[in-house]
Amino acid sequence: MRVAVLKGGRSLERQVSLRSGARVEDALERLGHEVVAIDVGADLVGRLTEERPDLAFVALHGRDGEDGTVQELLEVMGIPYTGSRVSACIRAADKVLAKYAMLDAGVPTPDFFAFNETAFRELGAAQALPAIEERLQFPIVVKPASQGSALGIKFARRPTDIAGALVAAFSYDRKVLLERHIAGRELAVSIIEERGAARALPIVEAVPEQEDFYDFEARYEIGRTRFVCPAELDEGVAAQASETALEVYRLLGCAGFARVDLLLEQPDDSAGANPGKAGRRAGANPGEAGRRAGAEPEAGGLYVLELNPIPGLTETSLLPQAADAAGIGFDELIGRILGAVGAPAA
Amino acid sequence: MTSGFRRPRSTARDLERYAALFAERTKVMKSSAMRDLMALTEREDVISLAGGMPDTSTFPPDSYASLMTSVAADSCARALQYGPTEGLAVIKSCIAEVMRSEGMEIDTDEVLVTTGGQQVIDLVCKTLLDPGDVVVTEAPTYPGAVPTFCAYQADVVQITMDHDGMRTDELETTLDELERDGRRPKFIYTVPTFHNPAGVTLALERRRELVRIAGERELLVLEDNPYGLLRYEGSPLATLRALDGGEFVIYASTFSKILSPGVRLGWAAAPPPVLEKMNIGKQGSDLCSSSISQFFVSAYFESGPWEAYVRSLIEIYRRRRDVMLDSLAEHFPREAQWTHPEGGLFIWAMLPEYIDTTDLLARALEERVAFVPGRAAFLDGRGGSSMRLNFSGVTEELIREGIRRLGEVVREQVDLYGTLTGAAPGAPPARAATRGAAVSQPTRQPAGERPAAVAKVVPLPAKRTRAG
Repeated sequence: MRVAVLKGGRSLERQVSLRSGARVEDALERLGHEVVAIDVGADLVGRLTEERPDLAFVALHGRDGEDGTVQELLEVMGIPYTGSRVSACIRAADKVLAKYAMLDAGVPTPDFFAFNETAFRELGAAQALPAIEERLQFPIVVKPASQGSALGIKFARRPTDIAGALVAAFSYDRKVLLERHIAGRELAVSIIEERGAARALPIVEAVPEQEDFYDFEARYEIGRTRFVCPAELDEGVAAQASETALEVYRLLGCAGFARVDLLLEQPDDSAGANPGKAGRRAGANPGEAGRRAGAEPEAGGLYVLELNPIPGLTETSLLPQAADAAGIGFDELIGRILGAVGAPAA
Repeated sequence: MTSGFRRPRSTARDLERYAALFAERTKVMKSSAMRDLMALTEREDVISLAGGMPDTSTFPPDSYASLMTSVAADSCARALQYGPTEGLAVIKSCIAEVMRSEGMEIDTDEVLVTTGGQQVIDLVCKTLLDPGDVVVTEAPTYPGAVPTFCAYQADVVQITMDHDGMRTDELETTLDELERDGRRPKFIYTVPTFHNPAGVTLALERRRELVRIAGERELLVLEDNPYGLLRYEGSPLATLRALDGGEFVIYASTFSKILSPGVRLGWAAAPPPVLEKMNIGKQGSDLCSSSISQFFVSAYFESGPWEAYVRSLIEIYRRRRDVMLDSLAEHFPREAQWTHPEGGLFIWAMLPEYIDTTDLLARALEERVAFVPGRAAFLDGRGGSSMRLNFSGVTEELIREGIRRLGEVVREQVDLYGTLTGAAPGAPPARAATRGAAVSQPTRQPAGERPAAVAKVVPLPAKRTRAG
């Protein structure tokens, strides 16, 4: 088969995508496919028209590649492609849309508020910040709605940090969210399709070695974060995490593969770090709490942060590690992702 | 494409196996996020004010061709051969000539020819540093020295700068404090003239102070002087080496900015015992610098007055600097400050502390303009609101457009912050940093204290409680 590997692009995750793409190309060649590598740019449509691939392997991360833009173009051109379709990409790449979908479906996700820049510039949203701070409690995580990596994610530890954190997050997107910080363990559930059904792979836990939170640096640096796979978890918790991840995968309408990032709250840590939390959950603000009751698990529960429709495929990426732990080598993983194209969504 | 056998690329497990073999010093090497972000600044459609490159486009191709022809005719076999580690005699006389033009007399025995000025920094670290040894330098420091300091596991202490360069009073206080802790720095690294990235020049009085401090305390100073001959205004100042006579000063310079960075030739002039150790260090690194390059430079110096090309560069860079300064004044908001370099290649701009220039770079890249975020010039987490702007490598037209775009995104963030905090929105542009203004920014805001800019708080609709 003639496969176009789409990589690079102008997203901030360009370098990661180039690394993912290079590995995918090698694997496809070993699998006997004819590979056309395309660094996505202004000539994308022209290149695809000229190269006439049977299929496109989308190894793009971040803007354009993960948010449905490139997928829409591929739909127009009638070229089958790997991974989720347009609508799922749009829902997943926008953390705000994804979190509202989870909220509506009763999937636990950290409490949050989301705003466009115009809300602050034109509607005086800044005056609502004290209420938001009271509701979410410090530290508050401030992040751009669409950034796939950890770029632009700030931890506001006190009221004076909020404005700077918002300015930083708005550097990446016109929409940002303020999210309650959950102190806990970082889990990643990778999902692939097997005989038409979505399957959760062994869970990877990211254990930061030095930093007090999981930052962009650590995510791609050897020796900065230790990855444990399979994560050492209670059987029940592991099963619950996998089930929750699959639920989100289906909820957003994903296909092919994806990675769901979750937090497992550590009750002891959180009690010390955030004394206001328990009281708030017990109903300090009954009307509001009621609106989001479905989204708040019991203490020590699991929360879904986000779903990555095209998770990294580099040496240090979590999906290949999880596949490896399940006895699925990289080539086989790529073969399966390819094989899932055109199969009915789970 | 071929479908021949390819070895599978490494997996996470392989990487862990390699990681177990990596030296401790690789673990302190910086990289990743910044590196990935900086890779985007090299895209063709981006106006990059991030580089540090001289403009080599005006060097006449004919001269290059005839120089290479004369090297081939006169010194072919020797140019293709290894040379002595300390450098060929023919180039040492060129070096002596360049140093004489900056007011220094040098015996060619005191010179070590290196592969760019960068190698001097590496060799000095290699010669002087054990892991954990203290190096004192400016805040900000040359971003290219940061990975070298990290690789040798130096404990870097950075001294505040103002318009007159490194604060020598703070230097003395810091040295006293270090001494009280039983720690003696091995050397002070400084770019006294047209600092990279700060764009300021160490005042003469402070030069004397620095030389006195080094002499009294018997500390070495590494004077890195790549830009000294690129002066656009004012009078030249004595180098540290000229003031100290070469007793405690290791002097480093390069042909990169007066001829070509492509020849990769620099040099060190150091006290003989230090030079001897550096020579041994260089043997281990690369045996000798390129003989072809050395013959090329020597032929260039023989072909006519080398100062003429430098003068032509000065004309080009002065105009570009002026265009950048004018554009900054026109497009940057009042809240920003920047330095006014009398020479060199860089302007250092300081934005309000609530702007993080690493995040700003992401926004700027959207507008297809790039700079170096200030954090790259610090090892202690400072510099988050500063940026380095290069004016030598980009045309006047692109500088104007680049600064206009950058000014727009900075103004946008200042306005947004104003909206968020109720502070006054961005006002008309202002001048360059006034004399005496700090170039280094303070360390992080003390916990719980509101920065001045946030003093005006919006009236709160509800009673707020604060955690922590």
